[in-house]
Amino acid sequence: MLKEWLMLPLAIMAVAAVLMAGCGNSQTAPPTSSGLSGTIEIDGSSTVFPITEAVAEEFRKINPQVRINVGISGTGGGFKRFVAGETRISDASRPISASEKEQAAKNGVEWVEMPVAIDGLSVMVNPQNTWAASMTVAELKKLWEPESAIKRWNQIRPEWPDQPINLYGPGTDSGTFDYFTEVIVGKAKSSRADFTASEDDNVLVQGIAGDRNALGYFGYAYYVDNTDKLKLVAIDAGKGAVLPSRQTIDDATYTPLSRPLFIYVNKAALVHQEVKEFIRFYMTEGPALVTEVGFIPMQPSVYDGNLAKLP
Amino acid sequence: MKNSAVFQQNLKVRHIKERVHRTLMSLATLTGIIVLTLLLIDVLKDGAGWLDWQFITSYPSRKPAEAGLLSALFGTLWIMVLTALFSLPIGIGTAIYLEEYAPDNRLQRLIQTNINNLAGVPSIVYGLLGLSLFVQALAMGRSILAGALTLTLMSLPVIIIAAQEAIRSVPEGHRLGAFALGATRWQVVRNIVLPQALPGILTGTILAMSRAIGEAAPMIAISALVYLTFIPISPLDRFTVLPIQIFNWVSRPQEDFQHLAAAGIIVLLIVLLSMNAIAIILRNRYQKRTEE
Repeated sequence: MLKEWLMLPLAIMAVAAVLMAGCGNSQTAPPTSSGLSGTIEIDGSSTVFPITEAVAEEFRKINPQVRINVGISGTGGGFKRFVAGETRISDASRPISASEKEQAAKNGVEWVEMPVAIDGLSVMVNPQNTWAASMTVAELKKLWEPESAIKRWNQIRPEWPDQPINLYGPGTDSGTFDYFTEVIVGKAKSSRADFTASEDDNVLVQGIAGDRNALGYFGYAYYVDNTDKLKLVAIDAGKGAVLPSRQTIDDATYTPLSRPLFIYVNKAALVHQEVKEFIRFYMTEGPALVTEVGFIPMQPSVYDGNLAKLP
Repeated sequence: MKNSAVFQQNLKVRHIKERVHRTLMSLATLTGIIVLTLLLIDVLKDGAGWLDWQFITSYPSRKPAEAGLLSALFGTLWIMVLTALFSLPIGIGTAIYLEEYAPDNRLQRLIQTNINNLAGVPSIVYGLLGLSLFVQALAMGRSILAGALTLTLMSLPVIIIAAQEAIRSVPEGHRLGAFALGATRWQVVRNIVLPQALPGILTGTILAMSRAIGEAAPMIAISALVYLTFIPISPLDRFTVLPIQIFNWVSRPQEDFQHLAAAGIIVLLIVLLSMNAIAIILRNRYQKRTEE
């Protein structure tokens, strides 16, 4: 009977082996034209992930022998692996920090920064909210700063209703949170804590869509896909209220909440032909893919500048 | 006369109490069933239309219509098989030792308390332990092997406790009878205890393995990967698993990805149910044999 209880794992293994054999055959890679091979390990921001995934997917069609693994550890988590030399490319929704630079230098990791897209952080309310059409940066700061006393809408502007204000925002590990707090409150990671926080932006979309008194912020791409459930708030940074849109994010009139998204490339990895080709592909085919997944591409000169950084 | 009236009244109250409790208990049972049914209906409604052969045999994609979970499915199968291979012998071995061999002393009780406590440790803690122990210290890299060993550590306490309960439920008289015939401890364990305890052990294993396969948190700590375009062929390959893939789809803005996530959940449920079915078939065969 001992032999027989061994059957459980063996049976599972047999099933798996059959499945593997079955799929293995159909998956034999077609003969490659480029001749490139190797593995490119990428990790980092989940905001940048859809862009890198799109580029990797298209790159793979031409170079089926190159393995590209993309992870979503978050900007900070990705940099932790990048500065240790574990990954060749890091996705980032904020620039590398001083302490991360230090770590990289200590480990002898040299890197190149390449901006790849622009994201417009958007402040959103419920479609039934008829009053908050625009807000100034100062009002947002008063609302979001640590220990903010604002609990009701009429504390922001007296003519607004005497209703509670319910706040929604991304989790404290995200680059989005870092960026918003830095440009609105004035110091990265400095925020009031009594808001509904989620790393999953869809949770925020649902929260705001179902709550008349809600206010929250996240990436513009999430608004584009939920225009019927959310209402944008125009941001006034002193030059009149501006709504985020492809146009205003692109020409930089939507400020200060437009932010660049980056990839960081390990310099030593660039001697490998597959990495160099992947970056070249990213900068030439990337702009179209950036639009496709909901972000706004940089000016063409930025991509040319990135290409010029290649050895 | 007076006594009888009191008794009557009492009887009525007791019958009412009986009915109230009966209703409460059946409501408690219904809660679980209703929630499960709602979940299944919701998932099937969202995902069934997206579940096709293309979905099973494709790699992840930014285009929902072309996306699939091939790499995640194979990652999960690899992890499941290896975790079962590691955790079953170690778990059952530990349970046999603790129940049949270990003397009842302070050391044994200390081990027992530790196992009980380990069963309650959050899974992400095992993920971080696996990251520093298997991935870094033992230099296994972010491989299937490291992932399976991490889930083995996580499953062991549950398997051990379930196996112990099952072994303990074997009547002492059966053991003593075998000893009286001159059987050694190992012969008793192999021929008397294990066959009778096996159904219970398998039930515990189903629970532990189901939990392990559904875990995303420790696997994100170990693997972190979402986009992977090859089928792992060695235990040292990089991998991703179904829960990570589902988690990633759920967090995408486009609504079609929500359907993909639901379809992914259906696949995960099918994998889980097949695994459980194998264990249940085995269990039933043993139950019959021990009853004969």
